[in-house]
Amino acid sequence: MSETPLQPSDRVASVPESGIRRFFEVAAEMDDVVSLGVGEPDFATPYRAREAAIDSLQRGQTSYTANKGMVELRERIADHVTRYGLEYDPGEEIIVTAGASEAIDATFRALVNPGDSVAIAQPAYVSYEPGVRFAGGEPLPVETRAEDEFVLTRERLEAAGAQDAELLIYCYPNNPTGATMTEDELREVAAFCREHDIAVMADEIYAALTYEGDHTSIATLPGMRERTVVFNGFSKAYAMTGLRLGYALAPPHVIDSINRIHQYSMLSAPTTAQHAAIEALDNCGSDVEEMCTQYDRRRNFVLARLDEMGIDCFEATGAFYVFPESPWPDAGEFAETLLQEEQVAVVPGDAFGTGGEGHLRMSYASSMDDLRTAMDRIERFLE
Amino acid sequence: MDERAAVLDLLRENARYTTADLARMTGLDESVVEETIAALEADGVVAGYTAVVDPAKLDDEPVRAHVECNVTLDRETSYGDIAKRLAGFPEVASLRLMSGDYDFALDVEADSMGEVSRFVSEKVAPLPEITQTVTHYVMETYKESNHRFDAEEGDERISYSP
Ligand SMILES: Cc1ncc(COP(=O)(O)O)c(C=O)c1O
Repeated sequence: MSETPLQPSDRVASVPESGIRRFFEVAAEMDDVVSLGVGEPDFATPYRAREAAIDSLQRGQTSYTANKGMVELRERIADHVTRYGLEYDPGEEIIVTAGASEAIDATFRALVNPGDSVAIAQPAYVSYEPGVRFAGGEPLPVETRAEDEFVLTRERLEAAGAQDAELLIYCYPNNPTGATMTEDELREVAAFCREHDIAVMADEIYAALTYEGDHTSIATLPGMRERTVVFNGFSKAYAMTGLRLGYALAPPHVIDSINRIHQYSMLSAPTTAQHAAIEALDNCGSDVEEMCTQYDRRRNFVLARLDEMGIDCFEATGAFYVFPESPWPDAGEFAETLLQEEQVAVVPGDAFGTGGEGHLRMSYASSMDDLRTAMDRIERFLE
Repeated sequence: MDERAAVLDLLRENARYTTADLARMTGLDESVVEETIAALEADGVVAGYTAVVDPAKLDDEPVRAHVECNVTLDRETSYGDIAKRLAGFPEVASLRLMSGDYDFALDVEADSMGEVSRFVSEKVAPLPEITQTVTHYVMETYKESNHRFDAEEGDERISYSP
């Protein structure tokens, strides 16, 4: 490799490979794996949305759309997010992207200057830290803790030195912990950000999957709208992961900056997916409700089984993950041995950053049959 | 959702969930689940439990027909009276009164086409109130009681994703 001028940049070289990769490779060689390692819904996209996508293809609607997405879609998104008390202008304050992933990446690049400190509430979705590095920023992990049910607090922010950060990113409902934050808890974070003049990237992709109480967006709190970018999308709530569609909500000048990158790197989000999304927002609300009901039952089931096995787990109230303590001190070793001996895939918590050590992420986005099998196998493994 | 609705919803999804699993999924005590099921059965809300069978997978595939019946009523005879007589035959798997072009819809099941035909011509058609029957044989069943028989198996998702 040293013979060739094709060498990874220093930035790329500074980002390690994903921690779950080696598990994936082991599991790929096995039959009969029951996976609780999956970060996406087990449901197919609601049928009507799929039909709308097919219909758009048959009509030949396969050209680019406006950079920021089809106006009809942005108008529906604007309407949709009012359920969380969010008011955004479809013309200037919404951009539709190839998954929330693209929006998050473009926002890092749009806001972060070299050397800027970006606080990341961890354990967290794995793409934030690499995203910050690719943008030239300095990731600053802010550890949330099991004893606080993994919510972000002023105390944790201060302990990490986040008062000096330019930007804070978090996601609630959280991947990997399943934690959610109440309005009161968010007020504390909002006050901290206002005091220290910190901008916020709020990844709310799991907002629709909130099982206790209502989802609150930090952008609805006083003085926060002007310093917040909200991310959401269709992957989780509408089971549309493979269609790659998400969006960002922010004041006009921020959407302009994000769009500056998006228009050159992506041009426009997938057109077929945009047609599916319009139908999803118009007519698939009851599908989302039904999926939520199913997730909630599975959540109860998994929490009850873990409790009966004597595995400690705080009551996750959102997304489709539980984050129990590992029965062995070394969660990585536990996950690996469980996979080898019982063919059950779970993800060790340290794959999601500091604060994840000694925990396991288990996704309950699987059929009841699979969940029962997985729990039976874990129980047998522990005996 | 109240307990009754929650338990009923789950039983309709899978009547073989154990009471322990029903309790875990709903967050109810197992004893409450048991009482709720007993009450649903006692009230006749849950009339029974059956397996959803893909007939094509059976060694001896039974023959099914959808039979439309027209009837005439008189002062002494109601739809209910006729329904009672029809429902008594074991060959009649389901029986409904319909709006529209005909009155009763019967699902008839038997071992052979001949048996179905004989049943319709010898037991149903001769009833004095029945004025006409039209028999449609089922050629293929793709979906029943919410279960797809043609669905592709398997989880296409990768086993680890972030
Ligand atoms: C917290 C979080 N944010 C963003 C994403 C990416 O979503 P999308 O499919 O919209 O790119 C995921 C996917 O797992 C996630 O868990």
